Amino acid sequence: MSYLEYNAKYVPTGLRKLLYLNWPVILLLTAVSCAGFIMLFSVAGGSATPWMEPQIKRFGLGMVLMLIVAMVPIWFWRNMAGLAYGVSVLLLLAVELVGVERNGSQRWLDLGPMDLQPSELMKITLVMFLAAYYDWLPTSKTSRPFWVMLPVFFILLPTYFVLNQPDLGTSLLLIMGGATVMFVAGVHWAYFATVLAAGIGTIVAVIESKGTPWQILKDYQYRRIDTFLDPANDPLGAGYHITQAKIALGSGGWTGRGFMQGTQSRLNFLPEKHTDFIFTTLAEEFGFVGATSLLVLYVLIVFFCVASAITNKDRFAALLTLGVSMTFFLFFAVNMAMVTGLAPVVGVPLPLVSYGGSAMIVLLIAFGMVQSAHVHKPR
Amino acid sequence: MKKPAKDGGRSTRKMSRRAMLMGGVQMSVVAALAIRLQSMQVEQADQFRLLAEENRINIRLIPPARGLVFDRNGKAIADNEQNYRVVMVREDAGDVDEVLAKLLTIVDIPEDTIAKAKEDIFKRSPFVQVTIADRLSWEDMAKININAPALPGITAEVGLSRVYPWGAELGHVTGYVGPVSDYDLSKIDDQDPLLQIPKFQIGKTGVENKMEHTLRGSAGTKRIEVNAIGRVMRELDRQQGVSGQDVQLTIDADLQSYVQARLDGESAGAVVIDLEDGDLRAIASAPTFDPNLFVRGISVKDWTDLNENKYRPLAAKAVQGAYPPGSTFKMVTALAALEEGVIGVDETVYCPGYTDVYGTRFHCWKRGGHGNINLHESLKQSCDCYYYEISQRVGIDKMAEMARRFGLGVKHDLPVSAVVAGLAPDKEWKARVRGEDWRIGDTVNASIGQGYVLSSPLQLAIMTARLATGRAIEPRLIRAIDGVETASGSGAPLGVNENLLRRIRAAMGAVTNHSRGTGYRSRIVTPEYQMAGKTGTSQVRRITADERARGVTSNADLPWERRDHALFVDFAPVENPRFAVAVVVEHGGGGSTAAAPIGRDITLQALYGGTPPLAAYPSNVRGRIADQQERISEKLASITPRAKGDRA
Repeated sequence: MSYLEYNAKYVPTGLRKLLYLNWPVILLLTAVSCAGFIMLFSVAGGSATPWMEPQIKRFGLGMVLMLIVAMVPIWFWRNMAGLAYGVSVLLLLAVELVGVERNGSQRWLDLGPMDLQPSELMKITLVMFLAAYYDWLPTSKTSRPFWVMLPVFFILLPTYFVLNQPDLGTSLLLIMGGATVMFVAGVHWAYFATVLAAGIGTIVAVIESKGTPWQILKDYQYRRIDTFLDPANDPLGAGYHITQAKIALGSGGWTGRGFMQGTQSRLNFLPEKHTDFIFTTLAEEFGFVGATSLLVLYVLIVFFCVASAITNKDRFAALLTLGVSMTFFLFFAVNMAMVTGLAPVVGVPLPLVSYGGSAMIVLLIAFGMVQSAHVHKPR
Repeated sequence: MKKPAKDGGRSTRKMSRRAMLMGGVQMSVVAALAIRLQSMQVEQADQFRLLAEENRINIRLIPPARGLVFDRNGKAIADNEQNYRVVMVREDAGDVDEVLAKLLTIVDIPEDTIAKAKEDIFKRSPFVQVTIADRLSWEDMAKININAPALPGITAEVGLSRVYPWGAELGHVTGYVGPVSDYDLSKIDDQDPLLQIPKFQIGKTGVENKMEHTLRGSAGTKRIEVNAIGRVMRELDRQQGVSGQDVQLTIDADLQSYVQARLDGESAGAVVIDLEDGDLRAIASAPTFDPNLFVRGISVKDWTDLNENKYRPLAAKAVQGAYPPGSTFKMVTALAALEEGVIGVDETVYCPGYTDVYGTRFHCWKRGGHGNINLHESLKQSCDCYYYEISQRVGIDKMAEMARRFGLGVKHDLPVSAVVAGLAPDKEWKARVRGEDWRIGDTVNASIGQGYVLSSPLQLAIMTARLATGRAIEPRLIRAIDGVETASGSGAPLGVNENLLRRIRAAMGAVTNHSRGTGYRSRIVTPEYQMAGKTGTSQVRRITADERARGVTSNADLPWERRDHALFVDFAPVENPRFAVAVVVEHGGGGSTAAAPIGRDITLQALYGGTPPLAAYPSNVRGRIADQQERISEKLASITPRAKGDRA
């Protein structure tokens, strides 16, 4: 689709674009990020360093990038989708070959002044690429086996690299994010039903086979699965963290223990308190009221994105917006489920709140494209 | 190139439908999260709050100061001394090796202590305080404090540790403390949390052990906030504990030291009882040991020396040694017979030098016999035949009963380790324990304190005290707890005919004051301090007919462990007695030669409350006594309690 296909006079130009931005989303993103700054200040024991200050700088950089991306017409981004996807896959390949290893997983590329985590980038470029794919694919072919298998391949290729790092959380997010785009693009529900049924069937088979002569996995693998699903089995290892996180969360009560008064985080009982488990500190210090408020902010962001998407007649723009919002949703939902003990600990940060450079900037750039889609809506 | 599709409307609607569907799924996920948060943060909040508090708050015990032990004159015999120690915190030290090397240039600490401390330092968390060395001198302490800036991470601290200023002189009485062991914990049913403190010192033997609950006090607590790795963040509050109670003994430390010094060189036990209230003025056992060795952690060499010494320094012979009382038992036999009326006080028995009892010949110590002899003379000269005869008349059960009335064969409850009950045998006992019938020969043996009869020096002293007073004197070792005096041991009247007792006492007076008495050589000449006593020599072997024929009966010819035990009991002054004394010298030979002089010296020391004048002694021994007094006072000077702060 080219620029000319749009009715240019209905699309705002120049600085007028600023007026057409999806302002509620921008405000909500800022609000969530501010909650993050406050928490990073708190977990550092009341200090701007080492986390809050860099995080604010990254947020500033991210917001600028978001606005720049928002100013660029959406069709430019559609045209860039293939390239972005290709570059991301190459970067993942580079991580596999020359990546920096930290804490036992190889996820980073050393780019001199900063480290890049290509898997973060991949989450967005995959959504972008799939949106472009379904925009290009005639709707009549959407559910044909070949045209279904192709995006499945596009999803599985980066997933393979990420799983290899290893990074189970991101892998799951890639698959779920990609599947969401395919789902809203209109791929026949039977495919999803089949995959879902096969998945459940496999799990049931694996579990049922335990202890029988045709046992599928080795005993130690079962033990690992057990620990993964129920960390209480390993109270000093994986279980320690989740137990401490639950204590922190629960001890918050209705209104929390007060800003910087959370004993669990202040006394270091919480693991990864500035990254994956930051929500527990928030819940401990601001209680049920604080935790649900943050949840509402997140839900509103998703809501405004979905609202923007279903009113957008441009298929790419709508798919991209839905994909980004879904990825964003998966981010915080999985993280919260994880720290509340509803889901196994897979290492997914809380978007915009957890300390982390690549994730925040990539996410804001993604929202930049959502903004671009909103601004350049066919009207 | 496709136009905005002709089916555009349809696909857009489909997309919206599916987007709404996704939204629905999302909303249910969000609802699940919200419900989860509500259940944890609202419904189970209290429970989680409790867990969080448990996480962060540690309760630490503050050990109380252990109660002190004093002698009857208020001299400390178990004290707490300031223990200077040097500790290190690794994270403050920087280069541990360098700091330790610097420390070594300032104070002298043994190599292996340093090596052990270093190992400890690197094993523990960097913020944990590790003791490098303790029991430093005050000078070392001062040097460390002056050089503090050059010694990062090093601090000098002061704590309390147990010290026994009188050392070995009171080793058997005080016992010693040591770190609580798993064995202690398994043995005692004590819920006191203090016992869970690593290396907490508890009494292991002696008064320290028996009075543990009085001396220990109770723990104070402090609540501290710790972080996840156990670092102490701050103290929240503290509750002071209660120091242990001070215990005052009835022991006179100076007299005790004298007795200990007098017994030096022997394997012996001696007891001095105050007749007024049963106070034990001295309980000495020789050889003895220094309890301070145990507090500091005894070396293998010292331990081996103590354990392999054939004179058994670790045994408190005065209370835990059980010996045949020999002739010192004769008063009991006599009283049993007199009270039963089977012999009159002036009735005589013929002593031909032996008595035949159903074909067994029992000898008197005097070959030629004593001829016709009455109670008074039989005690004075310690004739055996008299007692062989009267014991057959009265029977063992009456004798045993009388023995128990005088505190023999009865366990006296004293707060020291391993007090023995001894044995006052009777028919029932032999049937029960040996499964044999009592034989008349057993009675004859028992009549002169041989055979099955066993008693400790403590019991002999009690017996003598009861003979002297006619009251059931109970020994008392604890005079006061925290200034509150304990019940006196003066006891109720024994119920033994006073006339009989008077005759016995008179006979005992003759033993040491009549020229034909067995203890005459050990008499006291000061008229108002004259003492009454009884010697005893108990065999630890059978003298075979063969030996008797060859005349090899002299103790000096026998190996030490086969020689006779020498015993002596006395009370003084004869009129209005104040002290009763018992001495047992293991394998010492004859009671009159080995035990009686010791008994006499101890008695004089007690009566005079210090070194007695030579005039108190018979003129023929004064020269020897003068030498002895000089020797002992030199020895006492060298063991005078170490002044506080002066540690060897």
